[in-house]
Amino acid sequence: MSETYYDPKDLKNFKKITDWSEPLGTRFFEYYSKVFEEGALSAREKSLIALAVSHVVKCPYCIDAYTKDGLQRGITEEEMMEAVHAGAAIESGATLVHAVQMMNKHKKLSH
Amino acid sequence: MAKSSLQRSKHLLADPKQQLQVLSSGPFSSGALPTFSDRLKGLNVELKTDKLEILQVNLGYMCNQTCAHCHVDAGPDRKEIMSSDTIDQVIDAIGRFRPNTLDLTGGAPEMNPEFQRLIRAAVSLSVKDIIVRSNLTILESNNDYKNYPQFFKENGVHVVSSLPHYSMRTTDRQRGEGVFSKSITALKRLNELGYGREKHLKLDLVYNPSGAFLPGSEKELEADFKRKLKADFDIDFNELFCITNLPISRFLEYLMATENYEEYMETLVEAFNPSTLYGLMCRNTLSVGYDGSLYDCDFNQMLQIPILGDKRYLADLESSAYSNRKINVHQHCYGCTAGSGSSCQGSIS
Repeated sequence: MSETYYDPKDLKNFKKITDWSEPLGTRFFEYYSKVFEEGALSAREKSLIALAVSHVVKCPYCIDAYTKDGLQRGITEEEMMEAVHAGAAIESGATLVHAVQMMNKHKKLSH
Repeated sequence: MAKSSLQRSKHLLADPKQQLQVLSSGPFSSGALPTFSDRLKGLNVELKTDKLEILQVNLGYMCNQTCAHCHVDAGPDRKEIMSSDTIDQVIDAIGRFRPNTLDLTGGAPEMNPEFQRLIRAAVSLSVKDIIVRSNLTILESNNDYKNYPQFFKENGVHVVSSLPHYSMRTTDRQRGEGVFSKSITALKRLNELGYGREKHLKLDLVYNPSGAFLPGSEKELEADFKRKLKADFDIDFNELFCITNLPISRFLEYLMATENYEEYMETLVEAFNPSTLYGLMCRNTLSVGYDGSLYDCDFNQMLQIPILGDKRYLADLESSAYSNRKINVHQHCYGCTAGSGSSCQGSIS
């Protein structure tokens, strides 16, 4: 069996990060759960944002967690995929906008 | 959607004994997960029946649909159906037990030829809440069944209908191609008759997850269903019941085939919520099989786990024998105690 750096079972041990730094870990998890409560945005909307960001930061644990979270909330496949595209569009836009820098530098160095 | 029942395809898991074997082995025999019975012992709880309120009657396993996750393994190829004699026993038992609720299920309960007779008898015996668990598409399948919504209205029947999702894709994948459109047509017709709109004509929907995950918040899902069905189809309904998929029959087969079984059982066990124990449906329900046999719930019926005691048929059970009877449990019971809990009336806590 091949080994990989990522083991899906590690997600269940996430809370153990408090073992090595209890105050910071505890505060992080309190903050995390507060962030995803209903607020000006619904918990459903936040779940879709989290799914999009999970893809942008390429976190396999987060992708598993927020796909499952979306399913439990009844979020449709179309909504999930559109959220990922929104994240992907920002990510690719962030790359492409640097082309302006390339063009500026090119213009400055060439004639 | 499944192509045929497990029984028709001669699948090993068509046999309840094989299902119980699966539920007894793996993480439960290795000790990785506690059995349900051990979990109760750890809490010093013994599940017992309270007062009988719901008589849930399975009128047969025949159904016009073959849904992917059906815990009954129902379908057009199933021939088990409640006989006229057994219907008589049910009517007699309603008089003896005086339940508040008669909950008719199947298969498609409408396909039993004695269906209307039983409902009329229940009305004459003043049963407060007569529930029909309708798959909706049966009401659109031919001219005879198309008259049923009117019959429901005339008899004040409470309609509880399965609709796994407000999106066509998710619903059709679980219940079969074309099911969503037919269900919407049936719901519109029920609405036109006043169901879901007039106070005394209750129309509830049942949501169950379309895969190996637990249902989310019933309140939030209900709000989404109401918003979407109203906006897209002008459909109204009363309540949404969220029901957890229990690891039996076709859903167990799905879990095994997709290698989701152990993770799903872990999820159920980790989500065990002791506060649900007091609201479990098995504490106030008596489940009657198509042959008059008795069970603590519909799921035990499908696993052929009978009620404890020597009176295992409806005709033999006296009303006084219902209360304070120990309930037969197994690992599938984790499905009813996970998270907010699950019953035929949706979440528990």
